[in-house]
Amino acid sequence: MKNRLKILRAEHNITQADLANAVEVSRQTINAIEKEKFDPSLDLAFKLSKYFSKSIEEIFQYK
Amino acid sequence: MKTNEWQLQKKKNLKRLAFWTFGWVLSLALVTFGSQFLWEGNQVITYLAFFLNLGFGIGMIIANRNHINGLDELDKKITFDAMAIALGVGVIGGLSFSVMDITDMIGFDAEISFLVILISITYMIAIVTGKLRYK
Repeated sequence: MKNRLKILRAEHNITQADLANAVEVSRQTINAIEKEKFDPSLDLAFKLSKYFSKSIEEIFQYK
Repeated sequence: MKTNEWQLQKKKNLKRLAFWTFGWVLSLALVTFGSQFLWEGNQVITYLAFFLNLGFGIGMIIANRNHINGLDELDKKITFDAMAIALGVGVIGGLSFSVMDITDMIGFDAEISFLVILISITYMIAIVTGKLRYK
């Protein structure tokens, strides 16, 4: 699954650790999602969507 | 970086797991060697030590379940993958080892401790491999 997490994080000027804390996962999880090695659960996708005030489709694209 | 509640709970779960695991190992040593070296075959104390060990074992299982439930989703995936591999290797390796013993392919008895060591090593390797894969 493709995602715009790294771009959104850069736009919000936050680190992986900050985002990880905000959505209650480890920094490694955010890193793995950004590198498209790991697909997040629906629960985490909603948390990220809420955090960035974007729809899930604006963050994640199914390839 | 501010440590949030989720991370504190994770640490607490890990400490509980360490406590129950340590207790289980100590009580296992007690019930195994105590009868021979401490209370010289007293059956009542042996039974007490046995049930103490069983109690710690149950506590360790519950603590392990709570620890896994408290992990974040990537860690859960790595843990579940490692558990699946360790279980598979344990069943296949264990039965093969038993067959080797029955058919006298090996010159010693297939002890349960070998199986425990095999499962533990497989689990640790799988955890490290999983961590490296998602690094």
